[in-house]
Amino acid sequence: MPDTKKLQRVDLIFTEECSYKDVLQNTLKRPKDEIVQEILDSGLRGRGGAGFPTGLKWKFTAQEESDEKFVVCNADEGEPGTFKDREILTRVPFKVFGGMAVCGYVIGSKQGYMYLRGEYEYLKEDIQKRIDEFHKTLDELGFDFRIQLLMGCGAYICGEESALFESMEGKRGEPRNKPPYPTQEGFRRKPTVINNVETLVYSLMICNVGSQKFQELGTADSRGSKVFSVSGDTPIPGIYELELGMSLAEFVEEFGDGDTKSVQVGGAAGFCVPRKKFNDTIIGFEGVPTGGSMMLFNSSRSMYNVLKNYVEFFREESCGQCTPCRVGCQQLLKGIEAVKKGEKPTTYLKTLLKLTEVMKVTAKCGLGQSVANSFSSIVDNFKEEMIY
Amino acid sequence: MPEIKELVKNLADKHGRNRESLLPILQGIVKEERSISEEAMTEVARELEMSAALVYGTASFYSFLDIKPRGKYVIRVCRTITCDMKGKKEIVDTLKDLLKINVGETTKDNKFTLLETNCLGWCHKGPAMLINEEAYTELTPEKVSDVIDDYMKKLD
Repeated sequence: MPDTKKLQRVDLIFTEECSYKDVLQNTLKRPKDEIVQEILDSGLRGRGGAGFPTGLKWKFTAQEESDEKFVVCNADEGEPGTFKDREILTRVPFKVFGGMAVCGYVIGSKQGYMYLRGEYEYLKEDIQKRIDEFHKTLDELGFDFRIQLLMGCGAYICGEESALFESMEGKRGEPRNKPPYPTQEGFRRKPTVINNVETLVYSLMICNVGSQKFQELGTADSRGSKVFSVSGDTPIPGIYELELGMSLAEFVEEFGDGDTKSVQVGGAAGFCVPRKKFNDTIIGFEGVPTGGSMMLFNSSRSMYNVLKNYVEFFREESCGQCTPCRVGCQQLLKGIEAVKKGEKPTTYLKTLLKLTEVMKVTAKCGLGQSVANSFSSIVDNFKEEMIY
Repeated sequence: MPEIKELVKNLADKHGRNRESLLPILQGIVKEERSISEEAMTEVARELEMSAALVYGTASFYSFLDIKPRGKYVIRVCRTITCDMKGKKEIVDTLKDLLKINVGETTKDNKFTLLETNCLGWCHKGPAMLINEEAYTELTPEKVSDVIDDYMKKLD
């Protein structure tokens, strides 16, 4: 068991003790290499879920030679159980824009985009007003950078970075083959940094407090803190910024209702952890990572219903481009229904688990590859509930 | 249909006439009409000088770009697990009773369409639903009745 942290609340994202304008003004005076080094030293990894080191993304894109480069803020928050980006955009939008501007400065980009999910259309007008205000601040600071707001139209897959670029280009949101990666060919096939909303705020905050302070938080693999979206069977659902590296037992102690049977860490694309493993599970990249989604289930819940809900979700949100994902999701759903009804023998669950393994290695993007996570962790840990 | 022609032209003037303008234009049509008719898609294709198949292919990919006729008020109830656990079924049943339609249907007077949708990002305040762009959270059957009542009055 590696070292775990105690549950500790942190206040870096929402703190009002920080003027984004001052941070921006100071940061835009620093050498670009120094800022990249600061982000690299901090150990910050992407907060959308995949966890790629942010400093490396910035560094690679800065190194590319191109007439045009772009900064894209991924605000297509669609993972079931996640709502932190909406909260961040509502409460501290200027810090998000500030992070985008610093990124633009570092990589040599004059144009940023924010891709906001269609479900948040009601935020559009307000965010647009604040962007206009932010542009005035940039003019005062004499920094040439603009942000354009684009809306999604209700497709989960567009949170996948290359699908998001396709959608920005006015096409169906179908993921591209990788490589080339966005740092080489992103939006309009130009070098692009695409970061999650929360990642951009942390980048700006690291420029403010320094990498040292950020690095003191968390563990070797998961530095810093993270905003968690807590929902399900909990007396205190909501948004919490916590230091990374705590055990799931610590988390359940704080947020559970005393009868927690399992926690889904990382949304439908994440893992389901049963009670017996709470003590041995670290929330972080060395254990079970999450983009923020934490859904708690107590003993009154049927894990069959939970799994069925996830598989229905994936079946509908699969873009349909590659066969393993398109047909795989359909067959998984049919399969668990058939086992439950007794139309297939219980051993059929093994066949379905094999199918998810095939999807993991053959699906084109993260959606199809990650169906195996929740499917196998629920079927393995709650087999009886799948059958009876 | 001259109104559609006018609408598409205005949207194209605002957003441009290239491939990247396509989604903002289609979103603009949905905002006005609640769905995108075949005539509208053909008109967009003509205005942007691209094939109608391409417009259809793009529109049909996105669940919020409806290509089936929809009512003036499109209700989307979140069906994801946490809203489901907090009583989504009761909410949908209440809506079905009030509007006398099933999920996927539109009332005869074309005022309401009832749909289910995936996670709306209100998991801590479920059950949740959208009516057009507006979000309603922590729903109870009583709250739903009040909200629908308000919308019914709005139409008179």
